[in-house]
Amino acid sequence: MRIVVALVALVLAVPAFAVLPSEQLADPALEARARAISAGIRCVVCQNQSIDDSDAPLAHDLRVIIRERLGAGASDAQAVQYLVARYGSYVLLKPPLEPATVALWFAPLAFVGLGAAGVVLYLRRRVGGATAPLSASDAAAADALLEDRI
Amino acid sequence: MAGEIGHFALILALMLALTQSVVPMIGASRNDPALMAAGRAAATLQALFVLAAFAALAFAFVRTDFSLEVVAQHTHSTQPLIYRFAGTWGNHEGSMLLWVLILSVFGAAIALFGDNLRTTFQARVLSIQGMIGTAFIVFLLFTSNPFARLSPAPIDGAELNPLLQDPGLVIHPPLLYLGYVGFSVAFAFAVAALIEGRVDAAWARWVRPWVLAAWTCLTAGIALGSFWAYYELGWGGWWFWDPVENASLMPWLMGTALLHSALVLERRGALVSWTILLGILTFSLSLIGTFLVRSGILTSVHSFAVDPRRGIFILAIIIGSTGAALALFAWRAPAMKSGALFSGVSREAGLTLNNLFLMAATAVVFLGTFYPVIMEAVSKDKISVGPPYYALTFVPIMTPLLVLVVFGPMLTWKRDALGDLVRRLRGPLIVTVIAFVAAVAIFGRTNVLAAAGMALAVWLVVGAGAVLARRWRIGGGFLRSVRTTPTSTYGLVLAHAGLGVLVAGISAMTAWQSSKIVLMHPGQTLTIGREEVTLRSIREATGPNYAALVAGFTFTRDGVSRPMTSERRFYPSSRSQTTEAGIEKRFLGNTYVAVGEPDKTGGIVVRLYDHPLVGWIWGGAVLMAMGGCASLADRRFRLGAAKAAAGIPGGRLVPA
Amino acid sequence: MTRALFAVPVALFAALIVFFAYGLTQDPSRIPSILIDRPLPAFDLPGLDATSPGFGTAAFGSPAARGEPKLLNVFASWCAACPQEHPMLTRISAEGVPLFGLDWKDQPEAAKTWLAQLGNPYARIGSDPGARTGIDLGVTGVPETFVVDGRGRVRYKQIGPITADDWEKTLKPMLVRLRNEA
Repeated sequence: MRIVVALVALVLAVPAFAVLPSEQLADPALEARARAISAGIRCVVCQNQSIDDSDAPLAHDLRVIIRERLGAGASDAQAVQYLVARYGSYVLLKPPLEPATVALWFAPLAFVGLGAAGVVLYLRRRVGGATAPLSASDAAAADALLEDRI
Repeated sequence: MAGEIGHFALILALMLALTQSVVPMIGASRNDPALMAAGRAAATLQALFVLAAFAALAFAFVRTDFSLEVVAQHTHSTQPLIYRFAGTWGNHEGSMLLWVLILSVFGAAIALFGDNLRTTFQARVLSIQGMIGTAFIVFLLFTSNPFARLSPAPIDGAELNPLLQDPGLVIHPPLLYLGYVGFSVAFAFAVAALIEGRVDAAWARWVRPWVLAAWTCLTAGIALGSFWAYYELGWGGWWFWDPVENASLMPWLMGTALLHSALVLERRGALVSWTILLGILTFSLSLIGTFLVRSGILTSVHSFAVDPRRGIFILAIIIGSTGAALALFAWRAPAMKSGALFSGVSREAGLTLNNLFLMAATAVVFLGTFYPVIMEAVSKDKISVGPPYYALTFVPIMTPLLVLVVFGPMLTWKRDALGDLVRRLRGPLIVTVIAFVAAVAIFGRTNVLAAAGMALAVWLVVGAGAVLARRWRIGGGFLRSVRTTPTSTYGLVLAHAGLGVLVAGISAMTAWQSSKIVLMHPGQTLTIGREEVTLRSIREATGPNYAALVAGFTFTRDGVSRPMTSERRFYPSSRSQTTEAGIEKRFLGNTYVAVGEPDKTGGIVVRLYDHPLVGWIWGGAVLMAMGGCASLADRRFRLGAAKAAAGIPGGRLVPA
Repeated sequence: MTRALFAVPVALFAALIVFFAYGLTQDPSRIPSILIDRPLPAFDLPGLDATSPGFGTAAFGSPAARGEPKLLNVFASWCAACPQEHPMLTRISAEGVPLFGLDWKDQPEAAKTWLAQLGNPYARIGSDPGARTGIDLGVTGVPETFVVDGRGRVRYKQIGPITADDWEKTLKPMLVRLRNEA
């Protein structure tokens, strides 16, 4: 009896299961575009998932909307913009390039560039060039030390 | 009763940690052997008492003592025994206690096995370890008491999240914490060195086994976490650039840099400040990771329940430890002069570049993880940073580094010539070029990136083999050279080759994985990759604390068939669902099936995946961890370095 | 000069701590509404049944035809936190504030039963079972409440139930300010 109850609960359970066969578009090219776009949209009610992976009802709604937009002839950028206009840049898993995110996108290059410059400067000071020959007294002192093996 | 014992033990541990923080530091500055011995005793005793506290908590969990609040919130009477035990660290308070336990155990290890260290140095290290321990035990007792009581005790508790009821929970957090917390030893070593005002080859020799141990555990812990996510979460992903995953990757990257930088310090006395800085930063990243998970500053699938009060406390700990250490660094490090000079083409130069790339990679991951927090303070717009960002920034930084990995061991110290270097590596170079051309030919010109990835993997593996080949040829007889090769060389070869295997797995998965999502009925067959998948049956089943819908499949490949099942489980106590995937694991890849909701026509939603070479990702990581173990086993680490350092005049670096 | 370089790590660290400390005061899961200071997106929703009329953007005033500031509350019968908010909504409505309800992702029959049990504080109710209007508004869960000014622009979004504190300290003064706006 418990099993039946549990299974009934399973069937009636609200959460969908990520992308459903029933959501998928008939046209494979459009469906592939929809999957690609969904993979780049954050599920805003989940902890760090894309709407393509998420079970949440809102993710299901957004997946359906993307497919509707594509079916109506929108381009990839337009379908994405439709969601951004309603939820903000937060829905994009790839942060947009705008004044506030310039640091985010160019800092990696800066890290490597500054670091490389630093390393080059550091190495320049460390290069063992040709060493001047020792004076006679220094050479004698060096020999004495070397012979004094510990 | 267990709760009281545990609580009391923890308070006693706090007293001992305080003693450990103060007494040996005074003993070291006064050169008083009695005080320093007291410090060692305090460290050992502290570990024993924290162990007692932990044992008490574990006992409460196993016996489902619901009068303890954490037990009531994270365990249920129907939960299997192993998950009642592992539930001890499946929550904030208990996992923090595990943290403190490992910290105290490492402290005791320094006290008991640190005979090769200079006594005053050892005392200072113990003192710093004690200070960190004190801070965290205070944190536990005042904001996250695992022994907080619930009165009246409920009859039954809230079940542990079903996603956590898995063997992964038993091993993954302890391994991870061994890694995170293990780096505290390197931190203590670095700060002690700054206090003493001297760093020498002996210091690098002393610190290496501890860093290796922590690094090996962290490598294994991260790999296990990735594998666990792969089979548990039901959609075959293995890395999500989730903030908490990044929190484990950053100490790993920094720890790798530390490991290699210490090499240069040990052999040539160079990169002194840089190595000390790495020692401080690695553990600091562990601390920042703890902050991330427990303060609620970022959302993540891994977050524990959020309490800003805890965040403030941990932030204070970070300011007191990292902040103080970095301030000390700014003050004392300039006086520490490096000895040896080296040319632009040398192993030192190569390892310097290694440091640079690893630090840049860490900085990129850090920036991506925390940018939303930084931006919040300066802009009204809210953004999020997901996997596409890291693909465009982290990968381009790591790729040149992976190419350089092969050059490193082949370079001689101090001065080398580029022409000679290339000559030494002509074998691997030729093999790699052939591999790249072959890959492009086989997989088509549309997949050049994937072909490059596979070629990079070949480069790494063959390059690692070349290290051995060079050594084995140069020695006298072959068998003799095999025997006399130090274990740490085998460690190097295993680790670098493991890296190559990892790269192969990642390239294959990124380029060639495929999936199908279909509604299937019993009797239907689908093909994915070269596998034929037939749905045979859908039936019900029960487990100790769940009800399940089990779908039976037959996988057929090359004429050979085997059964496979995938389940959809419903846990009545927590009213949640999980998917158990059916995974066929082969050497060259996995076929992965996960079922979803049944429909009214007797069919069920099925997700099928082909995952080429995915096992190589974790296999490569395991090889790296094995390399770490091999290096740890090297006899040279067990021999005392203290005597050698003390005897040679000029063994101490004079402040400039 | 090189000595200064050694101080860079601790300086960067100090800056980082400032950001972390600020970050602790924020809630990372709250997404600010992108509609703030923008006109309400156009919509026209049916009512819960034939007898009760729904409402649309027209109910909220526009730059040409100025009206009163109004509240748009998004709710559902299956929403766990909405009953918490309900007494507050009744009080707000009793104080004469125009309150419109958007029944989100819900069956009209279920909503009617729910309102019959708890009371109906709304001037008008719009039914949005397909959640499209909700998505146009950037709704991510229930309950959420929008403050719309006399010109039909969204000025504030309250995420989560309205507590007495929220009403006294934030929403009520805001409505007064909006009414007195030129």
